[in-house]
Amino acid sequence: MNDVPQPLDDFSLRIRELACGLKVRDVMTSKVFAITRNCTMHEVQQIMKKNGISGVPVVDDRHVVGIISMHDIMNAFIDGHIDDPVTQHMIPDVQTLSDDVPLSFAMSAFSNYSFRRFPVVDQKNELVGIITPRNINLALIRELSRQLNEIEEGESTSGRAEEMATFHRIYPLSRYDFDHAGRASAELKKNLKARGIPAKVIRRAAIASYELEINIVAHSHGGTFTVLVDDRRVRITANDFGPGIPDVDAAMSEGFSTANDWIRSQGFGAGMGLPNVKRVSDQFDIQSGLEMGTMVKAIVYLENEE
Amino acid sequence: MKISDLESLGFHCLQPQFEDAELAGGYTSDLLSDVMAHLKEGQVLITIQAHKNTLAVASLSGAAAVIFCHGRTVAPDVVDAAAQEGIPLFTTPENQFNTTCTVAAAIR
Repeated sequence: MNDVPQPLDDFSLRIRELACGLKVRDVMTSKVFAITRNCTMHEVQQIMKKNGISGVPVVDDRHVVGIISMHDIMNAFIDGHIDDPVTQHMIPDVQTLSDDVPLSFAMSAFSNYSFRRFPVVDQKNELVGIITPRNINLALIRELSRQLNEIEEGESTSGRAEEMATFHRIYPLSRYDFDHAGRASAELKKNLKARGIPAKVIRRAAIASYELEINIVAHSHGGTFTVLVDDRRVRITANDFGPGIPDVDAAMSEGFSTANDWIRSQGFGAGMGLPNVKRVSDQFDIQSGLEMGTMVKAIVYLENEE
Repeated sequence: MKISDLESLGFHCLQPQFEDAELAGGYTSDLLSDVMAHLKEGQVLITIQAHKNTLAVASLSGAAAVIFCHGRTVAPDVVDAAAQEGIPLFTTPENQFNTTCTVAAAIR
């Protein structure tokens, strides 16, 4: 397990940011081969060979109950068990991914678990696809070239770039790095001031931003922090590499905190962070997966009469 | 009452680079999230949290000044950060309660 990622260079930050903007369902293979409990290992091997795949989920009424990989087939073959039912050789307790989590969660999952593929399930916990590192690579390449095209098109029509100037920054944050937390918020505040945004709106955006920065350094293994300001809104996205929040509803309730004594001694960890962010934001969204990460998105509109 | 009047109340000024202004009251808390949620622009922050994050919070929430209580030592980088933000810093050996009373009495 290499659950503490290396410091990110500028390029990996961009990749990470791309991965946060995509969902697992945009990237997964939807045409997925699945087998039922009463298939034999031999039958699975035939399916794999015919379709050029190396792993097949075992389902019971569309719910994933196991997974068989090429590795399992080989072992069964060597031990003379190739005609056994799959249930005797499959890996039960399969780690699945939800189809509506950010792609960054899937990337964390691949680095935190040793699996080569994850079955993807929908809200009803039914199998809807499968995701492999190859899906991720292709999606990132596709997304990169799409953005390149956009930039090129943007350059050819860059007369009114001045008034539309967007502020877009990505900041890496590591665990317990309280010294650097706050930099993004300070720069955001400065940018909004320069735009002549009302003080009340700046304050709300700054609070959301600072609380989320502190959250990453206080509670996560580290992550990225993205600030985007255009002529309409501030969008703050906090993505971390885990460990994920076991109970998001609890984390959203005032006074709930998992902070340790040291964090508390710094004046944080009173269980006010996320509720504060939600209170000051016009739009708020949180998603979390254990061992995969947490993504919080907060939007503050610049024209707000409040 | 103005920010500069804090010194005549017996608070020691650590960081004197600021624009003087009328104080809009004060807020006393050691919980930075609480400060961010409730401190109003132009108020003096009274706290024992003498570290850099306090300055970030003070700046983001628009505090006019910060008073560190209980004679807490203030690291040079905190003073530097305050100078950059133009936020005056004061220290006092008194606790938060007595400090709050002194400031409140002077404002009224």
